[in-house]
Amino acid sequence: MAVKTTVTPGLIFRQAGFNLSPRVDQVGIEERAARFTKRSIKKETKVNGLMLALNMIDLTTLEGKDSEGKVKQMCYKAMHLLDTYPGLPTVAAVCVYPSMVKTAKKALEGSGVKVASVATGFPSGQEPHSVKISDTKFAVQNGADEIDMVISRGKFLEGEYNFVFDEIASIKEACGEARLKVILETGELVTYDKVRRASDIAMYAGADFIKTSTGKVTPAATMPVTLVMLGAIRDFYFSTGKKIGMKPAGGISKSKLALHYLVMLNEILGEDWMNNHLFRFGASSLANDLLMQLMKEKTGVYQGKDYFSID
Amino acid sequence: MANSTIKTSSISSNQKKSIKAIGKIDKEQSNGVPSKRLEILKTYKIYIGGAFPRTESGRYYIAENSKGEKLANVCLGSRKDFREAVVAARSASGGWSGRAAFNRGQILYRIAEMLEGRKAQFIDELVKQDSSKQEAENEVGLSIDRLIYYAGWCDKFQQLNSTVNPVASSHFNFSVPEPTGVVSIIAPQDSSLLGLVSVIAPVIAGGNTCVVLASYSRPLCAVTFAEVLNSSDVPGGVVNILTGKISELASYFADHMDVNALIFCEHQPDIKKMMQEKGSLNLKRVVFYDKINWLTGDGQSPYLIMDTQEIKTTWHPIENIGGGKSGY
Repeated sequence: MAVKTTVTPGLIFRQAGFNLSPRVDQVGIEERAARFTKRSIKKETKVNGLMLALNMIDLTTLEGKDSEGKVKQMCYKAMHLLDTYPGLPTVAAVCVYPSMVKTAKKALEGSGVKVASVATGFPSGQEPHSVKISDTKFAVQNGADEIDMVISRGKFLEGEYNFVFDEIASIKEACGEARLKVILETGELVTYDKVRRASDIAMYAGADFIKTSTGKVTPAATMPVTLVMLGAIRDFYFSTGKKIGMKPAGGISKSKLALHYLVMLNEILGEDWMNNHLFRFGASSLANDLLMQLMKEKTGVYQGKDYFSID
Repeated sequence: MANSTIKTSSISSNQKKSIKAIGKIDKEQSNGVPSKRLEILKTYKIYIGGAFPRTESGRYYIAENSKGEKLANVCLGSRKDFREAVVAARSASGGWSGRAAFNRGQILYRIAEMLEGRKAQFIDELVKQDSSKQEAENEVGLSIDRLIYYAGWCDKFQQLNSTVNPVASSHFNFSVPEPTGVVSIIAPQDSSLLGLVSVIAPVIAGGNTCVVLASYSRPLCAVTFAEVLNSSDVPGGVVNILTGKISELASYFADHMDVNALIFCEHQPDIKKMMQEKGSLNLKRVVFYDKINWLTGDGQSPYLIMDTQEIKTTWHPIENIGGGKSGY
């Protein structure tokens, strides 16, 4: 008996042996990424950019020492970035471990700030499949709006693309309504070709976002790697009509760099992506630097860290 | 052969000497050392975080002496250079203030040693900048001695300025000076080296880090002094030296929220007023040294160290250990 299968873009991609991903020109990508850092953004445009970047932050704490108190404190910060500066946006989301989702959800009630949870054996992803599924379900049941999963880099590097694809698809299923961000951990993938292929696998398997890094591996997010992933998102959009989000994470702690990323985003994907539904920064110290720059623009006075809350 | 040297013609009467001389010159030329070479002039750059960048602004000005001779192209520093320098000073602050006071003394002594070794260069630069030979020698000597003076004070001013305070409860109560943090300094404008050394030394002896604007009209020694600092165990960022205009930079020196104290050495009432106003934004210590003659003994004092210190008081609970119910 012939089983009737629906032909999906994912299936086509898979049947091509995951070979549809184009190769990446390393030198070209790096030169192009460097050119985005030469734009001059001043005055109102700069303020708008800083505000937008603030609104795109996933305020993150992913430490073994995280406690309920720490998470509550961070949630307060997410909602009250700087009360002396009226009209500031909130951050997009807070990002915590599954065990802290309930605490965060309660603390953020009614604020519009989303709760993202890492899952699937973050950060290594070296857990049995059943654990990854239950990890994800636990986070979703506790109220996570978004799940940040890690791919199995070992399997990916072994060439087990089917395994990686299926794993992402099954986590997507376990997510239910929650949006799925797929962390590629680009620092462990080594080449841009592999980053591009992992991006394609993630998107075709059902990711809502692709994300560079866990923040636990160096190098974390870099502009060239993000550029490769943005290119993958653009190609995916042209062939399927679906808009996938992008989240560079780790190592973005200065406002200037955040503005460079926004310039790159605007030039590769355009205005449709210039919002926190489709672009996020995974960061913890970036928020304070943005606040310091905003205060500098407002008062004309260079700011000091002493006057901004740490958490 | 005739056009290869000037010397040959003057000694041509003596054949032997002539041959010797020619032989010598030929040898020099074959080594690639021309008999008359073009002097390589130094690029005077600013000093931030232990490195010598050019100013971010790309601007420069020409330093001249009173005879109108051009001495050098000097960086015309901008507010962004100052901003970078404050970042460097702040990040160096923890390490520098955390060092043992004795070790800071050793490092100040080391600066003096290095300065002694490069005496000739400083004298030369001072002479270019309108000092007489004797004045220059005197100024360099005084600068070295001033560093030695503060090297000695590094681990001594604390005791003299600390107190044990009598209190009406069973506490051991004591007050000690601690470095205030990052200090921005506008150095004396009429002195190229001594003024600069005299304001930097007490600030770093006390465990602060600093950003210094050197004399606009006499900037040469400041840049060379930065090279001395760079080769004398002073961690990068502890002293940062900029060159540029007071009129452009003073307000940023005064209002930067990450600067804890401000030293100004000129008698310019309008700028002093502005500094006091803007300095109040984050309650900076604002210190004016416009009446000090750096050439005299007034130019050095442990009280100058205390100008950038803050007194911290500790209440330490104790048992009533004194037999006769005394406090201590």
